[in-house]
Amino acid sequence: MIIKTDIRKGAYFDSVTLMRVGKQLSSLDGVADAAIVMGTEANKGILKSSGLLTTDLAKAADADLLIAVKARDAKAADAAMKTVTELLKKSSAPAEGSAAEARPTSLDGAVQVVPGANMAVISVAGRYAGALAMQCLRKGLHVMLFSDNVPIEQEIALKQFAKKQGLLVMGPDCGTAIINGVPLAFANVVRRGGIGVVAAAGTGLQEVTTLISNAGGGISQAIGTGGRDVKKDVGGIMFVEAMKALADDADTKVILLVSKPPDKKVLAAINRCARSIRKPVVSFLIGAPVKGGPTTLEEAALTAVELERGGRAENAFRQLADRDRDLRITARREALTRGRKQKYIRGLFSGGTFCAEAQILLGDMLTGLHSNAPTGKAVKLKNSLKSVQHSFVDLGEDEFTVGRPHPMIDFSLRNKRILEEASDPETAVILLDVVLGYGSNMDPAAELAPVIRKAARTKSVVCSVTGTDADPQNRGAVAKALTDAGAIVTPSNAAACRLAGEIVKGLER
Amino acid sequence: MSINTLFKSELQVVNFGMTAFKDALAAVGAKAVQVDWKPPMDVSPAATERIAAARAKIEKANAKAMQKILSAQPCLVGLERALDVIPGMKKNLILHAGPPVTWERMCGPMRGAIMGALMYEGMAKSAKEAEKLAASGAIRYAPCHEHSSVGPMAGIISASMPVFVLVNEAHGNKAYCTMNEGLGKVLRYGAYGEDVIKKLKWMETVLYPVLKKSVKKVGRIDLKNIIAQALHMGDEVHNRNRAGTSLFYRAIAPAIVTTCDDAKDAADVLNFINGNDHFFLNLSMPASKASLDAARGIPNSSVAVVMARNGTDFGVQLAGTGDAWFTGPADVPDALFFPGYTRADANPDIGDSAITETNGLGGFAIAAAPAIVQFVGGTTDDALRYTRTMYGITAAENNAYQVPYLNFRGTPTGIDVVKVVENNILPFIDTGVAHRKPGVGQIGAGVLNAPAEPFKKAYEGLARRME
Repeated sequence: MIIKTDIRKGAYFDSVTLMRVGKQLSSLDGVADAAIVMGTEANKGILKSSGLLTTDLAKAADADLLIAVKARDAKAADAAMKTVTELLKKSSAPAEGSAAEARPTSLDGAVQVVPGANMAVISVAGRYAGALAMQCLRKGLHVMLFSDNVPIEQEIALKQFAKKQGLLVMGPDCGTAIINGVPLAFANVVRRGGIGVVAAAGTGLQEVTTLISNAGGGISQAIGTGGRDVKKDVGGIMFVEAMKALADDADTKVILLVSKPPDKKVLAAINRCARSIRKPVVSFLIGAPVKGGPTTLEEAALTAVELERGGRAENAFRQLADRDRDLRITARREALTRGRKQKYIRGLFSGGTFCAEAQILLGDMLTGLHSNAPTGKAVKLKNSLKSVQHSFVDLGEDEFTVGRPHPMIDFSLRNKRILEEASDPETAVILLDVVLGYGSNMDPAAELAPVIRKAARTKSVVCSVTGTDADPQNRGAVAKALTDAGAIVTPSNAAACRLAGEIVKGLER
Repeated sequence: MSINTLFKSELQVVNFGMTAFKDALAAVGAKAVQVDWKPPMDVSPAATERIAAARAKIEKANAKAMQKILSAQPCLVGLERALDVIPGMKKNLILHAGPPVTWERMCGPMRGAIMGALMYEGMAKSAKEAEKLAASGAIRYAPCHEHSSVGPMAGIISASMPVFVLVNEAHGNKAYCTMNEGLGKVLRYGAYGEDVIKKLKWMETVLYPVLKKSVKKVGRIDLKNIIAQALHMGDEVHNRNRAGTSLFYRAIAPAIVTTCDDAKDAADVLNFINGNDHFFLNLSMPASKASLDAARGIPNSSVAVVMARNGTDFGVQLAGTGDAWFTGPADVPDALFFPGYTRADANPDIGDSAITETNGLGGFAIAAAPAIVQFVGGTTDDALRYTRTMYGITAAENNAYQVPYLNFRGTPTGIDVVKVVENNILPFIDTGVAHRKPGVGQIGAGVLNAPAEPFKKAYEGLARRME
């Protein structure tokens, strides 16, 4: 038997806590007796009578915490001492769920509430967001930076620091991600599986993850980088880091890359990294088509699903070719119902990636494309409020969102615009997107259906619904409500665009 | 945690900004905490940069400061005359609460208290004479804090006044404070009438010798221990000192009875302490002072060692900025007033008693004192929120002072001026309110946040001094 003692100078604990700790201590394996008391004379007397009062302890002051353990051997005594520290720490830890719970006001406070915190989601004003993100990185947290208007120098500094630390910085201006199956910010409830996504295009990420899930595939991780990551200044730091992480992730079988047009050098770096990965990599980088690769978000998603299943990429292509044939039949029927003056598509988008995809896809089918956010062959609209010929308006652009919520949340601006386009005799097709998931409008059908009902009297209303049946809005229910209102609802933005294109092409003839 | 480790861990999110994101996380059953985030205070970008670059240094220095503060062992060891023990004390020197202030800028209660002190010292025969002398330049003024002392409200200490002598046994430094006069018309609220002086004389001639003998008999009284117990008994030892006073009474009463030759004196002294619920305030304050002074002069530390008000200015000193004061105008507390008084009667915040908050007590420990929150116009939920909020600006949790209701969590201790500025949260003080005219006394009690200016200046001051 040995006796081990410890004196914690000035460490005060109330006697109830100490009794409880003492009891737990005595019950430890190999411990014969133990005492943990404040060093008052009375307590020293108790220690003495149980033979635990060493000369050290006898000299301690009454404000000192005395710990004595009588144990089988040194090993058991050491283990007991370690347990004391843990028990005392636990006894002074904050209670969970007590009344008047004050929210933490700082990162430090938050980490006390959730000691295992590993991800910060930041959506504060841009001029503060960068410094806050750096604070989180320094604390070892990964960061999702939803905020926009973060200076580019700050973005670069954050990402360089994060890369060194092996941390993620998703954003700035990253609207969506799915990490470990948890949807962050604007994200959908999708199946888990073997497809890892890296996206520099927010709605693009939502589109591919939901399409994958709806097609029976699943997502391992979906990492957003923010659109600026693939531009020249930032140089794709996070895009490439995310690719590498997915390459090393055993749960990821297939990697899917989605991006708005990347910078040339960044594209080269992405391709270099992709070539070094020993897993199938599917990429859909808008404006940088890979020969024989997918030409739409939908095709990219379905290709990834095929590959995850061990199938061939061509299967996805064939499946879509069949589907597109059906679309042409629908288009022909729809074209017959349109009047002679009706010629143009008016695309009104809440998702920026969809607006870009529409222009790329329809640029191959039609001429005379205009947009407030031109991509490919489209030319810039002189007035974003006034459509010309085939027009594709991204209502998520800053010009529309200053002082109002994003169009995925607030439908009022687009609803007004739908009615305007509906009253234009040259409009043949009104092309829409609806994005579901957390963060988005919780009841889109209720707001959109009445407007669609009016517009559908004289126009073809084609609408994609991005989401899953597991989303809080339930995709199936939303699609049904919009169909009942007179819209043609498609499973993807690409399908909606193609259908719209086929309708107006049918009118040309 | 590398990205791939993250993939293998349970996602646990800290959400800054839109609460909808936190709600969505809760809806899918993910672990998440919402931060009540506010933009930082408006300080110079240069200072922000210097502080950000030196963060590791600051944290190291603060750990050292907190080690000193938390290991402090303040004990009452005796009573002496101010002139005999307070370093630098002189006959023509008067110590006052808060940062330095000239006679011209002093508020009413402080002027009144100084006039009273001059009459008490026999240096003036009338109020008029005292006022003339006080303004003449023959009397010098200095903050108590610059002489290892503290004083509640006006905080006046003159040469003949008896003071408690405290020793911080862990670090050897000392602290001094006068004895508490009780409520009503008292010097610390700027009263200087005949009865005020008479009471001070009784304190000097009866209370002082009786207490001095009895403390000598007891040897030492561990104030940290009493404060820790008082917090378990509903005190926060700034605005409520009922438990602390009772515990002190228990510690000293037997010695008074055995050492005092005159039974009437003994009874008077015991009754005086028993009848003054604030008696212990003048011990909790120097106990805090003795604890915090141990952390002075630690380069790069952003921990406050002083928050004090003189009724005109609010002043802050940091462990890492030497003797520099950082000041700004003191605010009028948001108070409940006694019948017949309004906010218009209130003097701006005054007194060294915010040393308790600086030491993790007072407003910082108000969740331990549910009985006081009504008095200062709040609910118990408010009290819990106040204390919890202060964890956001403190460097540590106290090892001795605890809040029972928070499962005996240590009180938020060691105000970190960097956190004050970055988190934009001001220290919370619960305090008595003085009438702005001398001699009227306490007219209410309330709560207030310290003003931002001294903290912003302290932040800038620390940034300039970074080593």
